[in-house]
Amino acid sequence: MSTITLLFSIFLLTLLMITTMAIVRTRNLFVAVMLMGIASLLIAASFFLLDAADVALTEAAVGAGISTVLFLGALALTSERERSPSSLPLLSLGIVAIVALIVIYATFDQPPLGSPSAPVQAHLTPWYIESTRELIDIPNVVTAVLASFRGYDTLGEVIVVFTAGVGVLFLLGTGASASAAGAPLSEDNAGLRHYLIPRILGRLLIPFILLLGFYVQFHGEYSPGGGFQAGAIVAASIILYSLLEGEQRALLVIPQGVLLAMMVGGVLLYGAVGVAGLVLGGNFLDYSVLDSDPVKGQQWGILLIEIGIGITVAGVLISIFHAFASRGAA
Amino acid sequence: MLAPHLPMLQVVVPLLMAPFVVLLRPRGLAWAAATMASLMAFAIAIVLALSVVGDATLTYRVGGWMAPYGIELRVDAFGALLLLVITGASSMALLGGQRSLERALPPTREPYYFSAWLLALTGFVGIAVSADAFNIFVFMEVSSLASYVLIAGGPDRRALSAVFKYLIMGTVGATFYLVGIGLVYMMTGTLNLADMAGRIEAVADTRPMIVAAGFITVGLALKAAIFPLHIWLPNAYAYAPHVTTAFLAACATKVALYVLLRFDFLILQQHLSGHAFQFAGYLMPLAVLGILVGSGVAMFERDLKRLLAFSSVAQIGYMLLGASLVSVSGLHAAILHMFNHALAKGGLFLAVAAFAAVTSGWRLEQIGGIARTMPWTFAAFVVCGLSLIGVPGTAGFLSKWYLVTAALEHGALGIALVCVILLSSLMAVAYVWRMVESACFAPDFDAETDADSTPNRDFAAFSHLLPTILWIVALANLYFGLANALPLELAKSAARTLLGGLP
Repeated sequence: MSTITLLFSIFLLTLLMITTMAIVRTRNLFVAVMLMGIASLLIAASFFLLDAADVALTEAAVGAGISTVLFLGALALTSERERSPSSLPLLSLGIVAIVALIVIYATFDQPPLGSPSAPVQAHLTPWYIESTRELIDIPNVVTAVLASFRGYDTLGEVIVVFTAGVGVLFLLGTGASASAAGAPLSEDNAGLRHYLIPRILGRLLIPFILLLGFYVQFHGEYSPGGGFQAGAIVAASIILYSLLEGEQRALLVIPQGVLLAMMVGGVLLYGAVGVAGLVLGGNFLDYSVLDSDPVKGQQWGILLIEIGIGITVAGVLISIFHAFASRGAA
Repeated sequence: MLAPHLPMLQVVVPLLMAPFVVLLRPRGLAWAAATMASLMAFAIAIVLALSVVGDATLTYRVGGWMAPYGIELRVDAFGALLLLVITGASSMALLGGQRSLERALPPTREPYYFSAWLLALTGFVGIAVSADAFNIFVFMEVSSLASYVLIAGGPDRRALSAVFKYLIMGTVGATFYLVGIGLVYMMTGTLNLADMAGRIEAVADTRPMIVAAGFITVGLALKAAIFPLHIWLPNAYAYAPHVTTAFLAACATKVALYVLLRFDFLILQQHLSGHAFQFAGYLMPLAVLGILVGSGVAMFERDLKRLLAFSSVAQIGYMLLGASLVSVSGLHAAILHMFNHALAKGGLFLAVAAFAAVTSGWRLEQIGGIARTMPWTFAAFVVCGLSLIGVPGTAGFLSKWYLVTAALEHGALGIALVCVILLSSLMAVAYVWRMVESACFAPDFDAETDADSTPNRDFAAFSHLLPTILWIVALANLYFGLANALPLELAKSAARTLLGGLP
């Protein structure tokens, strides 16, 4: 790590600390939500400095983008100011301080950052780099690890996203009754259609965001990216559309039923690839047997499961947004 | 041909059925699909349990990649016993709970509920078969998120605040575990548990390892509701739909305890100097306090479900007490008690679901006279209650007997521990008696005071399956008290494995 990067990291982390302090201290929830978006961007930048571009992309899209919108949706259902606590949370403060001190204590013996002799670098990584070239033949080793070597974890992560979607739809309902198809578009749910400048500028952005989403989806084997990031970016463009044009119009573009089918379909596609490996004589999630050439099979498998991830992530995020937004309108 | 894939299919069957269930709109279909998947998982668990008897271990390479590069599944006796508990509890609760859930859930939400049920099942079995520290975390997330949904599912709005508390504490617990394995990964460069155990020796006394041991133990203790980290449990169990409670009370905390024991014994214990002593010295007082406080609160609790939930806190204390003895006999008792307590507590909560069908509530005075209205269901309730106390002839007696035997190996300390066990068993007699007393001798609460609000007096029309299932569970409590062959064998083998083949 060069001196410039180091200084910049320290600068970012200092800003992050100030931001988090401000989040804890503020009683205005709107301010807190905005600050949380900033904190996510700072974290994403730090990830990027640590050469974790894939994670940085996800953090920026989900942390700064979509969760901010969801928090704002939740904020519309409640008041903007937090009730002041009856007493100083001294106990919590003490516990947080102790845990922080313990973590700092733990860092004293850690191997130097980026050292090639660190166990993380020396133990498994050489094998991953070697085998990616030999057995999968794609440039992005991170994608190879996530989608194939540890593809079962990634299936689990998709299931986590799917579970979140099921949970929100269960608790908040689908909102389908509030905006039944064919109902006239009501005025109070018209988004920003009466504000010309944001509407025109926003609509200009949407195709580019969508394009970026598809690029990230299909370029994941070569550069940072993949289904999770792409799904979040595509969801962001649809959410932007519904902010501009009103939620009901967005539901006309992608109806509730399609969203549900996306949630379910992506997971089932991932699972089907896994079962196909099983049926064709390999183990579950073994992509090598999908094609007569094992390397080709791996590439097919990775392509298919990444599409599955993208579909489920986009479906879940848009559904969650609609669930919150339709409650706000009701 | 399928046999070598069984550890994987154990997870895949509920996992792929869960998204499918969301689409099943007609009433009852989602339940039927979920029950079918759960029964299939149960059948797989039985086959797995039979094939690991005699210290065998089944492994599976997911994606065909060898460990430690890929993710490995590993089913040994401990895992197989836990799989039996998880899938058995899920199947019995689903089979018996159909009508009860039909009343608790609006029809449009049913598919989501049963999908979440299968996801929780997926998470639990995924943890039980996994041999990879990060993979365990992923499935812990799946099971936790799905459990929150299951708890918040009922008509009782108080469940929402209870589940929010559970969500916050559960997230803190999972994050602690993640920080812990992050530190271990930093020092060993591996996530595979067996590989980790081999590589930890070289870095055993570094600061990150010591801190990691603490983070992992505390995080999992929170998930396992070990006293004093149990405060999320009583309300979450009390306000959830009855059938959810029967499922989660039988297995949720035990899965976290399973991970805790595997991590502490297989990885930390054998390699960190003095860890065994710290483990015992830290957890034994907590176990004793948990037993006494849990039983004590249960004695004075008037809400039937909260009473049983506090009793669970005490029972987790028993399991922990056995483990904190750090001996084969202690672990044997602890692991056997996981199985036996699931039988007893699952049955009791299912009986509560049956009572709640005909009463207006489940406070002790509200179940007054229930023994006269539904004598057979009540009899099954009493059998499970006796097993909870540990009366000879029931499953609960066996594990307590082994626990007392194990404690007596420890001299004066052991005698003190036996006194604690005896005292808390007497307390259990007291709180079980309070339930029996209200049910048998209290005035018929509903008939006299609010007969109009009684939802349904006709139990036969309510469900024919629930009493049958209840009696199956009750008879299992008796059967495993008299002929405890399979669980006994599995628990013994599990205890030997955990202590690394020591005598």
